[in-house]
Amino acid sequence: MLKALTHSIKSLFLLELFKGLGVTGRYFFRPKFTVQYPEEKAPVSPRFRGLHALRRYPNGEERCIACKLCEAVCPALAITIEAEPREDGSRRTSKYEIDLFKCIYCGFCEESCPVDSIVLSRIYEYSMEQNSERVIDKQRLLAIGEQYEAQLAADRAEQAKYR
Amino acid sequence: MDAVLNIWSYITTELPLLGILLKITVIMLPLMILVAYYTWAERKVIGYMQVRIGPNRVGFFGMHLLGLGQPIADAVKLMFKEIVIPTKASPLLFLIAPMLTLGPALAAWAVFPFDEGLVLADVNAGLLYLLAMTSVGVYGIIIAGWASNSKYALLGAMRSAAQVVSYEIAMGFALVGVLVAAGSLNLGQIVQAQSGSLLHWFWLPLLPLFVIYFISGVAETNRAPFDVAEGESEIVAGFHVDYSGMAFAAFFLGEYANMILISALSALMFMGGWLSPFQGTFLEPAFAWVPGFFWLVLKTFVFMFLFLWFRATFPRYRYDQIMRLGWKVFIPITIVWILLVALAVVYQLPWWFD
Repeated sequence: MLKALTHSIKSLFLLELFKGLGVTGRYFFRPKFTVQYPEEKAPVSPRFRGLHALRRYPNGEERCIACKLCEAVCPALAITIEAEPREDGSRRTSKYEIDLFKCIYCGFCEESCPVDSIVLSRIYEYSMEQNSERVIDKQRLLAIGEQYEAQLAADRAEQAKYR
Repeated sequence: MDAVLNIWSYITTELPLLGILLKITVIMLPLMILVAYYTWAERKVIGYMQVRIGPNRVGFFGMHLLGLGQPIADAVKLMFKEIVIPTKASPLLFLIAPMLTLGPALAAWAVFPFDEGLVLADVNAGLLYLLAMTSVGVYGIIIAGWASNSKYALLGAMRSAAQVVSYEIAMGFALVGVLVAAGSLNLGQIVQAQSGSLLHWFWLPLLPLFVIYFISGVAETNRAPFDVAEGESEIVAGFHVDYSGMAFAAFFLGEYANMILISALSALMFMGGWLSPFQGTFLEPAFAWVPGFFWLVLKTFVFMFLFLWFRATFPRYRYDQIMRLGWKVFIPITIVWILLVALAVVYQLPWWFD
């Protein structure tokens, strides 16, 4: 009885509603969380899995030994590798392609790589206008790796203790 | 200045129709701009209450200017979009419906006094005219839902019809309370009846009616939390699912014009209209230079902000609860309070009715 009475008084004087208005009224003056994207950017983790890259050793030799573990582990079958011996007899890839539309950015290729060759970089701003551009070849991957080597190496070094 | 006045008096005496048209333009143009920027303000205010910024990119001359160009860009976009008329729709009614919602919302301003004597048509039954105009608005919604020949639209229209008709009664009763207290149907005289001080305004003696009037006004305009007619999560967009381009924009304009109208009427009938809030206090001479129009606009803006605040705060009412609120809560309260006000007026109770 008393409960019903207090309830009806509460609802008649809109107490709960004023409380709600108070909450939104307070939030009206809160500092805003919005990141003004092109000018500001959200911080990116060293574990970020963005665009792929192929790395080289400091002496310039490409790391990839065409073991095809990444190709085997890739759940989306996005990686295509063809390999044959180079002139000096070492085992290297002749074709290394990633289909960006198939890729799900799981990072398994990077996990599986015994020589830390294929990595996922921090790059997340890329787009393509032609369907054919979705497959990136070995040259592109190596170029990305060269361009961002410092960042990539630093990120791997920081993450090494957790792996 | 004299030349302008001379031309003005010539126009009003020799060409009365042109004079009225000019007056209508003078009212409509700022109103339309206000409607446009009300949509901008809505997105900004709701954004701020959700701890984000809202539109801030479209500006003028390459500057962002807080996104003030947004409503213009939206309007231009809507104007150039095709108006799709569904094959099964009734074309004539389909196109009349948006005009029928926008028209009354604008026509109601004819009797609205912006300052002492500053009114397009000084009608003695102004309140009655207003009630009639706000009631006609629902026809547009019903016709839109019916003419679209779509299930969602019809559902939205039926919901809207039931809701608006229910709240019309509570709203009408609240206004009856006002006219009993003021002793007049003329809007100008209703404001005059409130003169004295901030405590003489009708919000205090008619507090329950004031609250009920504004909440019914929110329901009348189909705004959150009473927006079951639109209910985008339930019936997509309700009565205007099938509308696009300028036809849709007309509904949009009508809705916002109605919100401004309800806000302005609340300010007029319960918050003393153009009367200064410092009337009767020692501050009155200090603010004597402020035109009454300014106070009216200020009060209207407060109510317009409330509309947005409500939308950012309250979840949508369930349909049966809306009906319960209208019929079982608002109508009994208004009837009881009208009785009290009538008694107070008859026995000339202090402080308001002596």
